[in-house]
Amino acid sequence: MGKESLQSAIIKFAPLDKLLDLGRANSLWPMTFGLACCAIEMMATGASRFDLARFGAEVFRPSPRQCDVMIVAGTISKKMAPAVQTLYDQMPEPKWVIAMGNCAISGGPFVFEGQYGIVEGADKLFPVDVFIPGCPPRPEALIEGILELEEKVTGHRRWPRVEAV
Amino acid sequence: MTLTEPWRVLAFLVGIIAFVALNAAYLVWLERKVAGHIQGRIGPKEVGPFGLLQPLADGIKLMSKQLLVPKGVDPLLFKVAPLLVLVPAVMSFVTIPFGENLVARNIDIGLLMIFAFASVNVMGLLLGGWGSNNKYAVISAARAVSQNVAYEIPMLITVVTMIMLTSTMNLNEMVIQQGGGILNWHFFANPLMPFAFLIFFVCALAETNRAPFDLGEAESELIAGFHTEYSGMGFGVFFMGEYANIIIGCSLAVILFLGGWQSPFEFLSDQGLWGVFWFLAKVYFLIFCVMWIRWTYPRTTLWGLLNLSWKILIPISLLILLLTGAMIKVWPLITGAS
Repeated sequence: MGKESLQSAIIKFAPLDKLLDLGRANSLWPMTFGLACCAIEMMATGASRFDLARFGAEVFRPSPRQCDVMIVAGTISKKMAPAVQTLYDQMPEPKWVIAMGNCAISGGPFVFEGQYGIVEGADKLFPVDVFIPGCPPRPEALIEGILELEEKVTGHRRWPRVEAV
Repeated sequence: MTLTEPWRVLAFLVGIIAFVALNAAYLVWLERKVAGHIQGRIGPKEVGPFGLLQPLADGIKLMSKQLLVPKGVDPLLFKVAPLLVLVPAVMSFVTIPFGENLVARNIDIGLLMIFAFASVNVMGLLLGGWGSNNKYAVISAARAVSQNVAYEIPMLITVVTMIMLTSTMNLNEMVIQQGGGILNWHFFANPLMPFAFLIFFVCALAETNRAPFDLGEAESELIAGFHTEYSGMGFGVFFMGEYANIIIGCSLAVILFLGGWQSPFEFLSDQGLWGVFWFLAKVYFLIFCVMWIRWTYPRTTLWGLLNLSWKILIPISLLILLLTGAMIKVWPLITGAS
């Protein structure tokens, strides 16, 4: 699984930076924000069977000013795109984006010649940190996406990676 | 242990601020755990043992988050508002008796002082909503104010009833009067007191903007209410203020009705640290009830909330006031006791 390395800061306060990263990675508050059916899976991830709360990421904040990660859960239509863009712009730094589901990755099933209503991927609007494929992705996949984002923030993974047998 | 004057003030200042900050952090953790278990989840568990480092991670995150001051806000009001919520709550701890001798200032109008400071809290919400130049925040601020005005009345009437009963406004004296076992608590002073306690508790919930009365920050209608535009620690301070106010409300309920630092049974000690233990045990039990209520009941509507206060709580609390007054003044005349 190839990963681009983060551009390192010019000045480093090594232990403090690590502490900040750990703090940020362990309290990723997502935005209460869903666009289509993937949002249903996102809600299931927060509910009792899958429980996103275990990683401290269940605090779905309604205001973009208090969010850390934006989970783009669903199809971005061209009509909705300005609103999504505004929400992204309203989030304070540091902020991350997870593109959840095929529609948010590339437009998914809505891409065909002559389509006029769909933004083909969230990365057409703003930088995306983690892509979670699936239509819609299982809640486990979203949790894996959150863990992936934590790895991107801190540089090491919380749990050992499960390899396919 | 007696400290000389300037050191005593300093010790209490540091102690109270540490108490408020630690409680705000760990009550958030407790709230998330309680919410989890009530909803059949586990709650935070991966960050440290039992998720105990979760508040630390949240604190680091909030402090290192960009502090955004949006265009068009009133810069002064926007920055002062969170402090106006937190500082009065911290000030109120000055008169709370944690134990028989553990009270920062044992003043005779302690109860009055707490209610004077508690009213400033509303000011913080109003200014925060007004200053952030956001229509949702303004609506939320107006709601918070109308709610607080409505619930201040039955709460104060109940408190007046208690003052009639105890004939003192000194919180420590009130607690001393309730010594000697659970039956001497004001909760059992007369058959009306459980109702007075209930009214006081409901009003405390409404005053601190807790669910089911959290109309000030109704997410489904008003984004995040008065703190919509606050990011990072501005929002964090609002939350610390909210939890400090919950502790104040529950402490007052414990002091007025549940015997403060007195132990429930006479054979159990309430001297020294035991008093602190009993006080905190009762306070945390009430705080647990507050969380229990929050995760059990859905949010009320605004008119339902105001109707509950103006049509039910105020008449009943007035009736309790009248009947208690009658019991205190008329009963001795009938029985001939002086």
